[in-house]
Amino acid sequence: MRAKRPGYAVFAEKGIEWIIRLCGISAIIFVFGIFFFVFREGGPILWEKGTDFRLGDFFTSTDWYPTSMENKRYGILLLIIGTFTVTGLSILIAVPFAIGGAIFLSEFCTGKVKEWLKIIIELLAAIPSIVWGFIGITVINPLIQSWFDVPVGLNVLNASIILALMAMPIMVSIGEDALKAVPDNYREAAVALGATRWQMIFRVLLPAGKNGLLAAVLLGVGRAVGETMGVLMATGHSLNNPYVKLDGSFNPMWMFESCRTLTATIASELGETSVGSPHYRVLFLIGIVLLTITFIINLTADLVVKGIRKQK
Amino acid sequence: MVSKIQVQNLRTWYGEKQVHHGISFHVEPNEIFGIIGPAQSGKTTLLRAINRTFEFTAGTRQEGVISVDGEDVKRVRDVYELRRKIGMVAPLPVGLPLSIYDNVAFAPRSAGMRNKGELDELVERCLTQAALWDEVKDRLDSLGTKLSGGQQQRLTIARALSHQPEILCLDEFSIAIDPVTTMRIEDVLKVLKKDMTIILVTNLVQQARRLAARTMFLWNGEIIECDKTEVIFGGKPADKRTHDYVNGIFG
Repeated sequence: MRAKRPGYAVFAEKGIEWIIRLCGISAIIFVFGIFFFVFREGGPILWEKGTDFRLGDFFTSTDWYPTSMENKRYGILLLIIGTFTVTGLSILIAVPFAIGGAIFLSEFCTGKVKEWLKIIIELLAAIPSIVWGFIGITVINPLIQSWFDVPVGLNVLNASIILALMAMPIMVSIGEDALKAVPDNYREAAVALGATRWQMIFRVLLPAGKNGLLAAVLLGVGRAVGETMGVLMATGHSLNNPYVKLDGSFNPMWMFESCRTLTATIASELGETSVGSPHYRVLFLIGIVLLTITFIINLTADLVVKGIRKQK
Repeated sequence: MVSKIQVQNLRTWYGEKQVHHGISFHVEPNEIFGIIGPAQSGKTTLLRAINRTFEFTAGTRQEGVISVDGEDVKRVRDVYELRRKIGMVAPLPVGLPLSIYDNVAFAPRSAGMRNKGELDELVERCLTQAALWDEVKDRLDSLGTKLSGGQQQRLTIARALSHQPEILCLDEFSIAIDPVTTMRIEDVLKVLKKDMTIILVTNLVQQARRLAARTMFLWNGEIIECDKTEVIFGGKPADKRTHDYVNGIFG
């Protein structure tokens, strides 16, 4: 006698299939939902009459006076400069450490040490950003003041260090995966040709894993761009172009200037605005700008990772 | 005369599994030494123990002495120098993810050769010896991994020759190569014999018969017989198993 499943099992199968399908689709719904709601709040400023908002000035003006009585200005150029400066510097700091860490984890580390190191690195990723901001203010701030002899320790450098620390764990773990994916044959072939360990790593391993490492870096960038609380506390949050001195000349000490980022502006000002006011809508518009930036970065990372798969 | 390679009572293990059960043999300078035997008999592991890449696999263990030019490989001062002395061609072609040129120039560069002219000349000579030059001379900059399987195999041969080794270990080099090209490479090997010692691991017993001066039959990590090739293939080898194996009536 052949085993036979009861009749309802067929329907249960279908039902489960649909539930799982719904879970999958929900991710898409959420993403589009977020775009939709953010745009619903911020979009109307683009066509509403009688506001001081000018789309031309929005990206190009350095004047950000959203609460001024007579002369409201909505120019986010300084905020964009702040975001890109802090993100860029933090990536410059983080990348050498992250790639070094990934190489150490995948090539030099074994057994217990490796296990523990991975756990601790993941722990680093789990520290809330407000705690990082706290460290920026209480630890890094006085250090920068005393080491570099500058009046303000809450500046681009401080925020970049904190962001680098926050972005590093994800870069290390993705980078390690990328290096682990390089076939062992490559290592052995290189070593059999008389290469030392370093020659093997620099001439074979890194070229072979470069796409994965690039994806790791881009994910780190995405994390750094979107970070809010830590940078709000560590940048000094002053509306300032770090590259320009008061007399208008280039400032070589830009690292030690305070600045302000897109994310921190939203976080600090949204609570003070009345719903539906131009200021409120402009902040949401900044949100759309941020979404676009991270969207582009993620897409690039995705395409790069796809590139890896195609190569194999 | 001092043996080029001397193996004494070699025993190896992967974890609990023993591969070699105490084998001893020697290889003369400038001879082609054939090693035949079925899968799992420890041929590849033997080569990996000689150039000390065996120890990269976790959980491996080794006893006994392998010496190259009278020097214990476990005690050499510069293991990279030792590995450069030995050219290794793996059974499955591993084109490094570099350009064809860089693949061949990898070892000399690692050893410190920087002169562009010298490198160019060397790359051309090695690729010619591996019977690959004519096919790739116009696209030396393209990726080595993009070549076909047989071409990659010849690329690894060129690479193994690139550091002018004294010993050339060929581990089933002809698996992915057509018979005509195989013959061309075999002819090259006969010429190379003047300059280097060649260890030829092969599943094609006839290849060992064509090339090797002496042949060793390895089976389950033990040497069944090691003698002049004429004896092994001569219809009256000392061990009946050898006779059965080379005549294809084994097992």
